[in-house]
Amino acid sequence: MTTIIAADAPLVQYALRLADNALVLGHRLSEWCGHAPMLEEDIALANIALDLIGQARPLYAYAAELEGEGRNEDKLAYLRDASQYRNVLLVEQPNGDFAVTIVRQFLYAAFMAPFWRLLAGSRDATFAAIAAKAEKEAAYHLRHSAEWLIRLGDGTPESHARAQAALDELWMYTGELFEADAIERGLIERGVALDPQTLRPEWDETVDRVLGEATLKRPPDGWMQTGGRTGRHSEHLGFILADMQFLQRAYPGATW
Amino acid sequence: MYTQALNTREAIGPVEDPEHEARFQARVDGEEKVEPNDWMPEAYRRLLVRQISQHAHSEIVGMLPEGNWITRAPTLRRKAALLAKVQDEGGHGLYLYAAAETLDVSREELVEQLLAGKAKYSSIFNYPTLTWADIGAVGWLVDGAAIMNQIPLCRCSYGPYARAMIRICKEESFHQRQGYEIILTLSRGTAEQKAMAQGALNRWWWPSLMMFGPSDKESQHSDKSMRWKVKRFSNDELRQKFVDATVPQGLYLGLTFPDPELRFDEASGHWAFGAIDFDELRQVIAGNGPCNHERMKARRKAHDDGAWVREAALAYAEKRRSRRDTARAA
Ligand SMILES: [Fe+2]
Ligand SMILES: [Fe+2]
Repeated sequence: MTTIIAADAPLVQYALRLADNALVLGHRLSEWCGHAPMLEEDIALANIALDLIGQARPLYAYAAELEGEGRNEDKLAYLRDASQYRNVLLVEQPNGDFAVTIVRQFLYAAFMAPFWRLLAGSRDATFAAIAAKAEKEAAYHLRHSAEWLIRLGDGTPESHARAQAALDELWMYTGELFEADAIERGLIERGVALDPQTLRPEWDETVDRVLGEATLKRPPDGWMQTGGRTGRHSEHLGFILADMQFLQRAYPGATW
Repeated sequence: MYTQALNTREAIGPVEDPEHEARFQARVDGEEKVEPNDWMPEAYRRLLVRQISQHAHSEIVGMLPEGNWITRAPTLRRKAALLAKVQDEGGHGLYLYAAAETLDVSREELVEQLLAGKAKYSSIFNYPTLTWADIGAVGWLVDGAAIMNQIPLCRCSYGPYARAMIRICKEESFHQRQGYEIILTLSRGTAEQKAMAQGALNRWWWPSLMMFGPSDKESQHSDKSMRWKVKRFSNDELRQKFVDATVPQGLYLGLTFPDPELRFDEASGHWAFGAIDFDELRQVIAGNGPCNHERMKARRKAHDDGAWVREAALAYAEKRRSRRDTARAA
């Protein structure tokens, strides 16, 4: 058994969406380790990556438990192919320059910080517990990325241009954060999941405030890309998984 | 600790101030710590700057071979542990640069020296990490050798260095156990995994022994370093301690060492080992190791690509300061 398909129960899918977002973004950030613009950022980006991987693990474990197929966090992370991954497209976008990484982190964290804060009140005790821990982490990720975005936007002409270009490039991936499909609707009604639309005002407010301070222009809401949460990804995810899953694929069944 | 490249011959300079020097030596002999504002011989300061900065550079360059496997780590637990380990090494670099800065030299200056190819770092990091087992071997052997070197440095006469080392040693011994645990898991795994573990041991064993530097017969530098209680054991003493500690660990796993002359010597109670190919060490130090160019290229690229970010941070800090001043003046 080298490739698995996760159960399609809504709760399992919801846990996987959250877990995949965290793992894929954590993977991207971990690519910086040893290559960041300064030592402090090598450490800070690794820290954020560690938080995200740390969020993904209990979510995968929970998904595996809900499935009841005898899988675990590693089977779900390492044996699903790209079409089975449920992360939003934003988090799989390449690191680009430091501005792209910071903008990607900021746009995501501006959503996730309030998301975890509210999910801590979920009727599902496991989600609530995971959210309560992640809330503090996401608040730090937001602070860190917002501070950098302000520095870059209001730094030199070059950093301003790079930050604006990154924002313009990634903006079309922000719409997907606010989507809720039939899988989520039922969970939202039961008070287990969050309606992402309720986070819109806070996200808008955070983005406008930080972009204002950074002297950056908010791009217009044009066409928004979508598909990650149903398994239609960009070309990038396949390469991420090729790296990540290499050992598990090359030596099936081994214990590491 | 990665100081093998320090073993260059350097005469003890002329005494600058015999009276101060004598008092200084008496303090060192009495195991008192020297602190940044204390008088110290210029040669002592230079020795420390060189040793601490080489150590810091080694931590930073050392992030590269292990960082290689973060995205490919085979389980989420291993991935998190490896990422945390490489992050620790970055933290070690940071404390060490800070310790060096207490000796009137800036981190920027030291980094410039590294990137210009004027400063050394441990040549162990010029070897490639080819399989996942290498991550185990690096933790077990390289961090293991580092600990042998570093534990005595926790008692180094220079206070800021000694204190940095205490903190670093705790983390290094955690890294060493973690690395050994990876090798242990592999050596109890499938035939392919065992072969992977053995291959990594074969490749990393001799370079690890070289981490202790040339043999005592060849290195005279130690006098000064010993007298000032920066170094407390000779290269060969530390190397022997490492071999004695490590060989039983490898044998316990059912692995073999790539040294046909390795045997336990009942008379001395030590493991005797074959001759080290110091030519190889000299070649790697001279820049001819398998990854010297790649490592330096990666460091330079990170530095160059990050220049605009550092400039932006400075420009922003400057703007803020002037805005605050203007606000205050108004
Ligand atoms: Fe270290
Ligand atoms: Fe270490």
